[in-house]
Amino acid sequence: MDRIAPALPSFAVRAAGFARACVSGPVNIGITVAVIALLAWAVPPFVQWAVIDATFSGNAQACRAAGGACWAFIREKFWFSVFGLYPYEERWRPALMLVMLVALVVVSTFRQFWNRNLLIAWAVAAPAMLLLMAGGVLGLTPVATRLWGGMAVSGLIAVFGLATGYPLAILLALGRRSDLPLVRWFSTALIEVVRGVPLISLLFMAAIMLPLFLPQGVSLDRLVRIILAYTIFSAAYMAEVIRGGLQAMPRGQYEAAEAIGLSYGQRMRLVILPQALTITIPAQVNTFIGLFKDTTLVVVIGVFDFFTTLRAALGDPQWLGFPTEAYLYAAFVYFVLCFTMSRYSMRLEKSFKPEGAR
Amino acid sequence: MKVLSIVAAAAATFVLSAEPALAGRDLDQIKQRGTVRCGVQGPSNPGFGVPDSQGRWGGFNVEICRAIAITIFNDPAKVEFVPVTTQSRFPALSAGEVDVLSNNTTWTLTRDTNVNRFNFPAIVFYDGQAIMIPRRLNVASARQLDGATVCVQPGTTTELNIADFFRANNLRFTPVVIADLDELRRAYDSGRCDVFTNDFAALAAQRTLLTRPADHVILPERLSKEPLAVTIRQGDEELTNLVAWTVFALIDAEEMGITQANVEQLAGSSTDPRIRRLLGVEGNMGESIGAARGDYARTIIRSFGNYGEIFERHIGVNTPLALERGQNAIWTRGGLLYAPPAR
Repeated sequence: MDRIAPALPSFAVRAAGFARACVSGPVNIGITVAVIALLAWAVPPFVQWAVIDATFSGNAQACRAAGGACWAFIREKFWFSVFGLYPYEERWRPALMLVMLVALVVVSTFRQFWNRNLLIAWAVAAPAMLLLMAGGVLGLTPVATRLWGGMAVSGLIAVFGLATGYPLAILLALGRRSDLPLVRWFSTALIEVVRGVPLISLLFMAAIMLPLFLPQGVSLDRLVRIILAYTIFSAAYMAEVIRGGLQAMPRGQYEAAEAIGLSYGQRMRLVILPQALTITIPAQVNTFIGLFKDTTLVVVIGVFDFFTTLRAALGDPQWLGFPTEAYLYAAFVYFVLCFTMSRYSMRLEKSFKPEGAR
Repeated sequence: MKVLSIVAAAAATFVLSAEPALAGRDLDQIKQRGTVRCGVQGPSNPGFGVPDSQGRWGGFNVEICRAIAITIFNDPAKVEFVPVTTQSRFPALSAGEVDVLSNNTTWTLTRDTNVNRFNFPAIVFYDGQAIMIPRRLNVASARQLDGATVCVQPGTTTELNIADFFRANNLRFTPVVIADLDELRRAYDSGRCDVFTNDFAALAAQRTLLTRPADHVILPERLSKEPLAVTIRQGDEELTNLVAWTVFALIDAEEMGITQANVEQLAGSSTDPRIRRLLGVEGNMGESIGAARGDYARTIIRSFGNYGEIFERHIGVNTPLALERGQNAIWTRGGLLYAPPAR
């Protein structure tokens, strides 16, 4: 426990090293000059547009007069991008839901909280959040799921879809390597079929075709159908990542676990899965990030997710003509979220590494 | 034998219960649910249907839906807006996700008949492909555009129509094809082409985004017919009537000079039998179409005004879209809007 990490060289030393590397040899000098020229060409006009000429408050006329970036537009539409079409008077409900969701996700990122209590917290909070959004209980006005929107619905779909998809993915991955032919065939078929079609067509099936096949009188809420489709899709992709981890385990691990008399469940839970999941963390996070960004596809079936609210805002007759600002804002939000995930995964990976390994 | 007959009976019951051709089934379903589900163009369609910063829908097509809700329920709030895309609108309507499409859908033969089986009870907006040019070109007709460079979106009927138009008139042109509408507008704005073509309403919206909108004119020629109509599933005559006469009431009201401001006064004092019938003071027009109340038209006009008022409020000359009435004027003023008489 007393292992001391080698101290990083001081900032001054690193900066000097960097500067030397920039001018070591003709090729590096050339690259340095090119990069500086590129920056000199691109940065001043961008700063001029994004900061100096920008309008931070006021209306569209003020923006057009100033000629720079119209951040007033983002300011005007910010809460719309968070809550979407949710009734204005009830916006505190998705706000509270988002706070709960973020708090739970943040708590779940700490390994010291990974225990039974966390599972219970999720099991209690998930229905509470959904009830808070849907209403109809405790004097809350009912709000149809088709009105849920913005960051609130993007967050819900992503978190619920990925959280339920992950255990399903583990089962599918184990199923695909199972000795029982039926289980193996079923898992393989499901994974291959779901991976074989684009998410957009799965969503389309869930939203529009599925009701045609359901018996009369049976109806599943559209948002539930969408989350189900998204869950199955994410499970299929994640299952293959996990299977990669399972296959990378040396045969000796399986045999050793069997030799000490562990049952199948114990072998997987205690020996194989912890290692298989750890070595596939980079691939898993890669898939997570991809799937998270895929939530924007729900627009095809009329769900107003975060990105869609911005595109809707672009059509406001009072604020026509600021697509650059809207897309930059969307890019910024997605970058922050995805980059956070990526940094978190690196931290997690390090914390799983055996002592002394580099 | 007995088993077989039971199976046959069960099958017969199933087939009978699945029989869809009951008159008024869509309207019954709407009434049972207590709201009409209206498909509007998502994410947004400037002036026609767009959520504001507080998430409330507004716009020309949106008010048509609210008017339909008044006719059915006497309550403009009993409508659920379902955003649909150009890809999802028809499957959504077929599957019953929406009852009514009010999203600038063009009425065409294939959509009306065997392929999709929809009904188009009433046209609410006459659109058509138009041509925009800089005012300085000093051109009055598209026929003077020989040798022009034309900004057009690729792979659309728009592209085919413009080619047809130039060929039919023995004119030469150079197309500049760019898929993204914003990019296309910038190309036109920077002078890369002399002509910008698109559907009239879309073109007018694009004009507002140019550096100097006033320096550009939209020529009077229409290269195609795009009658935009409210769309419902085929097979419900009652709903068809109800939607049609909601739109007709708006048009008739404008023709008769009934406005949001004077509707109550006219309902009280007018002696014109046409006005009295339309506003439900006499006759039974409301009952005939199955409206919630006989004076549904009066409520609609009190809430939103006549066709012209709705038009001017959302897409007319004083809005950012700045659409002139043109073909969408009442027939007595040279437009195409012509509603059958309410009698």
